[in-house]
Amino acid sequence: MTTTILSVLHRTPRAVSVIGEPFSVRLVLIGLSLAFLGLFLLVPLAVICVEALKQGFGAYIASFQEPDAISAIQLTLLAAGIAVPLNLVFGLAAAWAIAKFEFRSKQVLVTLIDLPFSVSPVVSGLIYVLLFGLQGWLGPWLAEHDIKIIFAVPGIVLATIFVTFPFIARELIPHMQTRGNDEEEAALVLGASGWQVFWRVTLPSIKWSLLYGVILCNARAMGEFGAVSVVSGHIRGETNTMPLHVEILYNEYNYVAAFAVASLLASLSVVTLIAKSLVEWKSSSEAKERLA
Amino acid sequence: MRRDSAITCPGELTGSPRSLCEEITMAFLLKQPSVLPGFGLALGFALLYLSLIVLIPLAGLFMKTATLAWDQFWAAVTDPRTVASYQLTFGASLVAAMINAVFGLIIAWVLARYSFPGKKLLDALIDLPFALPTAVAGITLTAVFSVNGWIGRYLEPWGIKVAFTPFGVLVALTFIGLPFVVRTVQPVLQDLETQIEEAAASLGATRWKTITRVILPEVLPALLTGFTSAFARAVGEYGSVVFISGNMPMRTEITPLLIITKLEQYDYAGATAIAVVMLVVSFALLLLINGLQWWSGRRLAAL
Repeated sequence: MTTTILSVLHRTPRAVSVIGEPFSVRLVLIGLSLAFLGLFLLVPLAVICVEALKQGFGAYIASFQEPDAISAIQLTLLAAGIAVPLNLVFGLAAAWAIAKFEFRSKQVLVTLIDLPFSVSPVVSGLIYVLLFGLQGWLGPWLAEHDIKIIFAVPGIVLATIFVTFPFIARELIPHMQTRGNDEEEAALVLGASGWQVFWRVTLPSIKWSLLYGVILCNARAMGEFGAVSVVSGHIRGETNTMPLHVEILYNEYNYVAAFAVASLLASLSVVTLIAKSLVEWKSSSEAKERLA
Repeated sequence: MRRDSAITCPGELTGSPRSLCEEITMAFLLKQPSVLPGFGLALGFALLYLSLIVLIPLAGLFMKTATLAWDQFWAAVTDPRTVASYQLTFGASLVAAMINAVFGLIIAWVLARYSFPGKKLLDALIDLPFALPTAVAGITLTAVFSVNGWIGRYLEPWGIKVAFTPFGVLVALTFIGLPFVVRTVQPVLQDLETQIEEAAASLGATRWKTITRVILPEVLPALLTGFTSAFARAVGEYGSVVFISGNMPMRTEITPLLIITKLEQYDYAGATAIAVVMLVVSFALLLLINGLQWWSGRRLAAL
């Protein structure tokens, strides 16, 4: 066993160069990394599976057949289904303006796009309560017209849009900047219209980073807890998303059901990580092809 | 980047007429004319959406604060319970960011320089705290570190309690901050020319000296960016902490939770006042991160 590890570690070319670390140091550093990541990443993933299946597969499946669970899943899909396309259109527009043109105060705009990332989720929810809640600026007007935003589905959708706002724009901007404008300019000179350039030249060239942004945006949209928790009002079967449903089940000591729903969210995040690796691999192999 | 001035009249060139409005925005905003269309539309939509979703709601928070009397605001943000929550939130976030700086640097180094079985899998797993919903992380870490948990049961005989103590808050914040340092430092280490290390070694520097005097200064801006990002994320974190902390006022209550508690008691003024403090801190951290990234980018460009 030790010899196989030794041979694997020694296979790296740097082991023989002047700038490598002694073998023992490598072993300690790799060991430390594995221990830290094992403790913080692998153990929790294993715990989710074990806790969810503690009372057998039947109890696991039953957790999803409950009406409250089904409505939570539906609401999560709805919120993500609205938030992701809207942020996709915004991401494309913002990236087009920022990456393709040189304009005044561009850096300010880039910083403002990042704002939702640095705001605490709880504060993200609170700002909508202050705007649309009964005590808020538009609250009395909304109440008069019988429109409910806070403690209702629109509030959840708004909060989800806010927390996932920067994801797609952030993935697109650097990629579009490094690609430059040459291809688009060539297409224009050859007589393509603006939309033709966008659909036929720009979009195919950014498809992988676009997909990556959508994946990340979707994962966060489905998993958001803090912001949604503030605006939801926790009405069972009505304004509960999957993460909020997990919280309710957990607080009721219904651990098996809580971890069952949690396992669904965890598998979504694992799928996200796999998709991310695939996209990275795909885009780097395409970049190599282009160079060759 | 400078373009030929002969192709600055896009309307003639592409046959696509521009609206007067677009001509005006371009003339005012653009530093360099461009043949590409759609600047006015794209920027206009982006600004409208940004204002509606982010800027106006955030401005609403500041306007709400402006309606509070100064005494009321000051009392809310300096209440002993609030101050205790700042101490826990900022203290635990700082320690968590430091732990992540140390281990993140080691992990980034291992991933960038060594090869070992399972490395690809490990590399992909680093982003798990980004992808895993915070509520799921919260209940899972609680299950791992509670007294009968997988790890908690081995710590209990030593008198170490993690769940429902400030230590639990630290564990949750370390978990969610884990990817930041790794993901900022790793690309810098990968791009670093090994020639400068070889030069240092051939000039007689020991390996330790090469690492501390040659590699570390190159990595420092990225390390600081990652550290600050992890800290900023931890300060605002809610979902993963509320389950493991136990939420005892004065002891394990974080500031974001206090905002929610005040909201649930219909104390909108108190919640807003504390939220403004949090928001100002996040803005300051965002500016700091941007500054660090700029510094880091300049350092890389100079290489």
